[in-house]
Formats: sequence, structure tokens, C-alpha cells
Amino acid sequence: MTTFVELLLSGLSIGSVYALIALGFVIIFKATEVVNFAHASLLLAGGYLTAVLRDDIGFWAALLVGVAGAAAVGALVEFLVIRRYRGHDHSVLAIVTIGVDIVLVTELTRQIGARVLPMGDPWGDEVLTLGAVSIPQTRVAAFVTATLIIGAFLLAFRFTSWGVAMRAVAEHPETAALMGIRLGRVSSSAWAVAGGLATVAALFLTVFPTPGLERGTSLVALKAFPAAILGGLDSTTGALAGGLIIGVTQSMAAGYQSDLTFLGRGIGDLAPYLVMLLVLLVRPAGLFGTRELSRV
Amino acid sequence: MTAASLEVRGVSVGYGPVRALNSVSVDVPEGAVVAVLGGNGAGKTTLLRAVSRTLRFHGGTIGSGTVSFAGRRLDGLTPAQVVAAGVVQVPEGRQVFARMTVADNLRAGALGAAGGRRAAAEAQARVHELFPVLAQRAHQRAGLLSGGEQQMLAMGRALMARPKLLLLDEPSLGLAPLMADRIAETVREINAQGTSVLLVEQNAAIALRLASSAVVLEVGEVVLAGDADELAASDEVRRRYLGITDDPGHPGAPEGAGAEGVSEGAPHPAAPLRRWSA
Repeated sequence: MTTFVELLLSGLSIGSVYALIALGFVIIFKATEVVNFAHASLLLAGGYLTAVLRDDIGFWAALLVGVAGAAAVGALVEFLVIRRYRGHDHSVLAIVTIGVDIVLVTELTRQIGARVLPMGDPWGDEVLTLGAVSIPQTRVAAFVTATLIIGAFLLAFRFTSWGVAMRAVAEHPETAALMGIRLGRVSSSAWAVAGGLATVAALFLTVFPTPGLERGTSLVALKAFPAAILGGLDSTTGALAGGLIIGVTQSMAAGYQSDLTFLGRGIGDLAPYLVMLLVLLVRPAGLFGTRELSRV
Repeated sequence: MTAASLEVRGVSVGYGPVRALNSVSVDVPEGAVVAVLGGNGAGKTTLLRAVSRTLRFHGGTIGSGTVSFAGRRLDGLTPAQVVAAGVVQVPEGRQVFARMTVADNLRAGALGAAGGRRAAAEAQARVHELFPVLAQRAHQRAGLLSGGEQQMLAMGRALMARPKLLLLDEPSLGLAPLMADRIAETVREINAQGTSVLLVEQNAAIALRLASSAVVLEVGEVVLAGDADELAASDEVRRRYLGITDDPGHPGAPEGAGAEGVSEGAPHPAAPLRRWSA
């Protein structure tokens, strides 16, 4: 039972981090209808900035710069690439983001090399013990931070002018333009917010029990893809639910791996995709996605 | 030239190789209601898109001609700048943001306008006065409104930007005759409060009743232009757009359309109709 609770808590924690990534994914999709395959590279960029700068300016300042940096990279990608092609086929744009991803990841990989960059976070490797259940502090911090950020985001999305503009553009870009909403602004703000969220996720993906940021970190970020897709690409609620489902699934599958040997090794890595496939079989638009309706 | 009048001069628009408008000119003097009539594919909506600068969404471009409002060129501006200049379009088919609440729809309408919170609050009070149903349903999703209510919401949303000129694209489309009449009544009221209107309509009876002058588009060209009264009386318009062949009595289109007869707009004596070659 203790194991189960520990796995559940750890799953929820990692799931909330996936939710941060998936949320960025969903915002970009809502604002620009582009599936952003460059998301992992934004995450890597933010994490790299944080890890490199923390010796000179301290962890918190470095994290701030990392968030701002990734936001800037996101906005820049939007400005230099996406905006040029606006009005073109969205699937073409999705492929363009693959190109952007390759460029960014290649350069960052070159910078990082074979190093493992520790984040230097204040939580270290301490473990919090509640009765029989023990859980790393970093996991608690991840869950609390992610919950706060997501909560703030959802409130902003619902109540601020930015949120209204964002939702209007998501529903009908042309009509939003007729209302005087600047589509360019909405789209670049979406990319910037997604970059910032990804950086926070990068932090919690690379703290204890992970040794630090390395080349492969962007691959870990890929697990948020199934989270966004199974939740429904155009639903913020879906991103949250998807993130948590993927996190818990992965945590459980990895924790009970010894009981699942008949499925072979590494089922923990595979589980997110299996869940995604199962959900899509039943609900092709994802759990909370709106089914695409086209007028004939 | 400082009057807030819209001047469309010799505008040609193409969607790729397809010519949609050919040297079209329309004037909307300050405070007027001008109707654009014509069948499907005549270029009515294209004309509005050319003014609101949303041709880009459909792959269209202005080949030649100018569009200016209050002496300022609109061609070359972004849609947001056109809104800021005081020209707001209500799109065809209403296009309310169905998943947002009525209140949020109105809020979205105010995003493009200059002026802060207070200006938006005043605009909203005015919209609620014009369409009380929007106040009652403020927290309902717009997608749950009836067609007529959605049309009211679409117009209210546009009014949130406090336009000097309202571009209305087929406001009576798909509405019951009674509701269409109510919308027409509201258009008259909006106009009376000082907003000029460029009205695109297939329902010529309603349009000619509201407008002081009108143009008739056919395959992208202006074929008739003149006072609404005279157009309503002209044989060609009656035959083609009002569906009447003889009998000079009533424009017998949908119920109520011709009931109280002619519009009160500009009863000029006989300025002759211009017949523009097609």
C-alpha cells in the first residue's frame, strides 16, 4: 500500500510537470492551429540557460532568465517562421516546426556535449517523510509549483483581456481579426507563454532523482506529446488531465515493473503511448477535444 | 473631407486568377445607410472584406482602386487598424464565438477599440439597452442562443468597438421574417444613433426599405446605383430582386417586408438612375 501511495504521488507530481508542457502545446495549437514539434527544443533551451547561468547569478535569477529566454526564443520562432507562413496549410507549418526543432536541438546538443548540468536547485536530494510514505522534496515542489502556475494560467485565460482574445482567436481567427484583435500578438504571446512553461517543466524534469540536464532531456519532454493528444489538442482541461494520466501511468508501470515482466522490460516508457492509443480508439478527438466539424 | 464618409473608388479584387470585383465604386456618406444588393457570387461579401482588410484570409488581394474612410486610406492597413479607425464588420453567418459566454463575446468586441474600461462599460450599457436579451443571457454560452439572438449578439459585439461605420453582411440570413424585421428595426435605430451603415443583403425588400441609396452588384460590377426609392421602383430591380413582374403595388417579398412601404430616407426628386454597362 505504501508503495502504491508513493507511486501515485510521484506519478501525480511528474504528471503535473507533463501538464505544464502539454499546456504550452495546447496554447500554441489553439492560437495558431499549429502542432508545435519544436516544443522540446524550447524546453531544452530554457533548461540550458538556467543550468548555465546559475553559478554566476544564482538559481532563482537563472531560472527567471531561463523562463524569459525560452519565452523569447518561442516568440522569435513565431516571428521569424510561423508568421511568414500564416494563412498557409497548417500541416506544412507543423513540418516547418520539425525543422526548427532539429536546428535548435542540434545547436543545444553541441553546447551541452556529454556534460550533465546540475540545476543547483534549493531542494537537493532531501526526502520528505510522512508516516510510512516518503517522497523526494523536489517532487512536492514540482507538484505545488505546477499547480500554482496552471491555476494562475487558467484564471488569466478565463478572466483577462488576453484570455478573451486568445479564446476568440482559437474559435474563429477571421472574426477575431474583424473585432480588431491582433492575431500576430496573440500568436507570439502564445509561443512565449509556452516557452516559459516549458522552462519550468525543464527544471523539474532535471532535478533529483535525475542527475541534471543532458542531451537526452528533450526526449523526456516527448512524453508530454501523448499527454496533449489524449487530452484533446485544443483543450486546456485536456492537457491537465492528459498530463496527470500519463504521469501516473508511467509511474505505476515503472514501479510495478517486476509484476509486469511478461510485457517485457521498459514498459514504463511505453505505457504513455499505450494509454494514448487506447483513449484515441474510443475518443478520436481526445478526452476533452472538440470534434472537428466541417461544413459541407 | 473630414466627414466620416467611406469612399470606395474603382476597387478590383481577385482571388488568385479569379476576378471577384471589377472597378467597383461605392460611397457611404456620414450618417447614411447604403445597401449593396446582388445575388450569390456577385461580390457583395468581397466588397466588405476589401473594406475590413480581411481578404487575406481568403487569398484575395486588391488589384487596383482605393478605399478611404474620413479622408484616410484604409487599403494597406491591418484589420485591427481598420477597427481602430472606426469601421467594424459584422460577418456573414454571425460567427459568434459559440464556446464563449455572451458577456465574453461582447468583451472580445471591445478589444480592438481605443479607450479604456470606462469606454467599454459605456458601450456595453448601450448594447444592453439596444438588445436587452444580451443582458439577460450574459452568462450563457453564445452557441446556445437562437439565430436571431446570435445576430443581435454579432451586432452588439461589433458595436462594442463604438464604430462610426458598421458593415453588415446579410443580417437577415436564415432568420424568420418576424426576426428579420426586428433586426431591420434595430439597424434603423443604430443608424439613428449616429452610426453609418453599409448593408449587404440578399433580401432586397428589407435592404431598400432601410437604405437611402443602394448599388446593385452583378458578377463583380456595379450595374445599377441610385436612390433606394428609385431603385425599388425600377422595373429591373423589381423583377430581379423583389420578385415582382407587374402590378406597381407592393414589393411582395417576405412577410412584412413591404408592409409599411417606402423608406423615409432622402426623398430626392428625380435624380435619374445611372445604368452602368455590364
